[in-house]
Amino acid sequence: MDGWLPQNVSTFGGEIDSLFYLILGIAAAIFVIVEGALVLFIIRYRHREGRKAAYIHGNNRAEFVWTLIPFLIVVFLAARSTGTWLDIKSPERMPADALELRVTAKQFEWNVTYPGPDGRLGTADDFVRRNQLHIPAGRPVRVTLSSEDVIHSFFLPQFRVKQDAVPGMSITIWFEATEPGEYTLGCAELCGTGHTRMMASVTVHEAEAYDRWAREAAGPDPSTLGDGI
Amino acid sequence: MSTVATATAGEAQVHAGHDDRSFIRKYIFSTDHKVIGIQFLFMSLFFLVLGGLLAMGMRWQLAFPSDPAHPLPGGSLLPETMVNAGIVLPEFYNSMVTMHGTIMIFFAIMPLLVGVYANYLIPLQIGAPDMAFPRLNMASFWLAVPAAILILAGFFVEGGHAGAGWTSYPPLSVESGYSGVYNGQVLWTLSIIILGFSSLMGAVNYITTVVNMRAPGMTWFRLPLATWALFITAILILLAVPVLTGALILLLFDQVLGTAFYKPDAGGQPLLWQHLFWFFGHPEVYILILPAMGFVSEIIANGSRKPVFGYKAMVIAMISISFLGWIVWGHHMFQSGMNPLLGASFMASTMVIAVPSAIKTFNWLGTMWRGDIHFHTPMLNAMAFVGMFVIGGLSGVFLASTPVDVQLHDTYFVVAHIHYVLFGGSLFAIFAAITFWFPKMFGRMMNETLGKVHFALTFVFFNLVFFPMHRLGSNGMMRRISDPTQYEHLQAFQPTNRMISMWAFALFAAQLIFAFNFFWSLFRGKKAGPNPWRANTLEWSTPSPPPHGNFATTPVVYRGPYEYSSPESDEDYLPQDRPPAERPTPAPEPVPAGG
Repeated sequence: MDGWLPQNVSTFGGEIDSLFYLILGIAAAIFVIVEGALVLFIIRYRHREGRKAAYIHGNNRAEFVWTLIPFLIVVFLAARSTGTWLDIKSPERMPADALELRVTAKQFEWNVTYPGPDGRLGTADDFVRRNQLHIPAGRPVRVTLSSEDVIHSFFLPQFRVKQDAVPGMSITIWFEATEPGEYTLGCAELCGTGHTRMMASVTVHEAEAYDRWAREAAGPDPSTLGDGI
Repeated sequence: MSTVATATAGEAQVHAGHDDRSFIRKYIFSTDHKVIGIQFLFMSLFFLVLGGLLAMGMRWQLAFPSDPAHPLPGGSLLPETMVNAGIVLPEFYNSMVTMHGTIMIFFAIMPLLVGVYANYLIPLQIGAPDMAFPRLNMASFWLAVPAAILILAGFFVEGGHAGAGWTSYPPLSVESGYSGVYNGQVLWTLSIIILGFSSLMGAVNYITTVVNMRAPGMTWFRLPLATWALFITAILILLAVPVLTGALILLLFDQVLGTAFYKPDAGGQPLLWQHLFWFFGHPEVYILILPAMGFVSEIIANGSRKPVFGYKAMVIAMISISFLGWIVWGHHMFQSGMNPLLGASFMASTMVIAVPSAIKTFNWLGTMWRGDIHFHTPMLNAMAFVGMFVIGGLSGVFLASTPVDVQLHDTYFVVAHIHYVLFGGSLFAIFAAITFWFPKMFGRMMNETLGKVHFALTFVFFNLVFFPMHRLGSNGMMRRISDPTQYEHLQAFQPTNRMISMWAFALFAAQLIFAFNFFWSLFRGKKAGPNPWRANTLEWSTPSPPPHGNFATTPVVYRGPYEYSSPESDEDYLPQDRPPAERPTPAPEPVPAGG
């Protein structure tokens, strides 16, 4: 892109990006107008011998205009943002047919619990991978986040996903990857001395390749792998 | 100042500047609001330097992450528990992150704006001899001293200083097993609790003084905007700081008594701390910017030789900010696990608070419009405030939008935003205020040439340091990480990080010019008259520095504070206390004679 945002590989990332660029455009316009006026006034009204400043105390119409316009802009932005926000974070709007994963954070690692061949979490065939998040492309993923010790934050910069993992809470988020590849999971909340190295690899597989990976990773005999790493 | 000579001095002479207080009463345990303001000034400038040094330590690590070829300069002076073989240890990096934020916010910017200028300016600007409660005022400073000692002591205790960030989120901040920090975290908590009491004592004093001790004629709408801003700030402090203090006391109990207000394993709730902290923390942001807005309003009117455009709109905008500021705290918690619907409503209130800030910006521009702008050093810094505050405000809109915040939260975008507001905003306003009121405080001018060089270098380096951080953040560089090169998506930005560090070192070095100018001018600066900036507010109608008791006789106020270039006056200013009859020829009683 133009260097403002990293590559996006999630379905709702595009919406976030377009909001970002919308605000960037508005901000750039305001920036140019306001800073331009500042510079213009500095040049135009600099002290000269014999110049006397105008004796003006204000103008109610101007106050009204420059109250109303920013108000309309921010109300528009808030309205424009709300739908996207709820699509991303509201539990009611999360897709139903998603792959369920559980991510448990602890100093300084991400433990990902995958459903085994039965496709459901909380059964004996679940398996865990440390610092490896494998997901399919083109299928929504629901991640239930929790933490065993301090607050961490589950951050996938290329997916526009961020959610704190809070001890004592289970927080569910979702996202859907669009492109297979290797990405990064980082921790965005200061979590102790290992904060800087609390990362995991993210592998997005093609849908069938994911199933193959999950089958292999689950191992031949699910009943013996209930607590395996 | 000999005590013998003044032993016979009468009451009236006390007000004329001969007072018989001992040295200790006069300069150390003084109840004089001006001395207390200056005491706060020296203390907070010391902390400003310390906070800056911590930032330099962080920038070194980010430029050369754990690189043995580039050991931290001066690192060998520090114990091996902080810096080992020239490499910053992660524990110490976290302490630097934590203490840079803590020191800059609680011990530098807040006391510089409030401790220094609320004390120094309020009585002078309203025409009062001192604060309403001078002894309480003295206690306020002398309570800040133990807070400062405790926060410094943290650097010397085993386990290192606090490392849970200036926001001190539990459980990290309460369990030493998680942070590796022992007494440092407790000292941090105690220090901020004590400092809170100091702020509260100051706040009741400022409020009472403004309400009760205004000179005759000083109506509310003739108050200078600096005093208005400090008054509103004091109300915010009075209401916000007790919430923080209460939350900190619970944190202290969790830390040392084994309670579990915030510890989830025993039924506590980590988010409770965040709600309490940010319920204080967001008004705190306005505590850190409103006084700056007030100073800048004074200085821009003075520099432009023009009345403040929309004085009442400025006051109303500040009052709206002080109300709206209470209902936006949740925007710090958009990604915390708080109910997303709550996030949506906090987004709405957060967006709306941009409006009063915009109003203020347009009014500053309106003040300069058709002015006669004099570019003295305070004016340059005040204009930089406006320019930089605009950027900080606009970047805030990105963060206010909850979906965009998903990407930007806890990244360097936030670091850039907060520094555009607190450095580009508050600190430039502090440079403006120090240079503007220095002659009043010390009777001498600061050197203009050095002031302008310092301004220009600071302005340029500041932008070179902080603007690129927006892009680092939007590209996904997390806050508070000590080694971004470990991340594949950040490796391409290492040259940017290194460049930012170089400019940061230059930015720090440029502050030496200011420090030199400050101390040199204390002794060698050009003598300032009572009113070197040809300003209108009451502090300029007393000698520089004003004597104990401030005014020989109580001033009477006839007009608003910004009557610059008024047709009533031949000069381009008209002090608030100049009697109207003095200027035009006294009108004869019956019919004005024609000619």
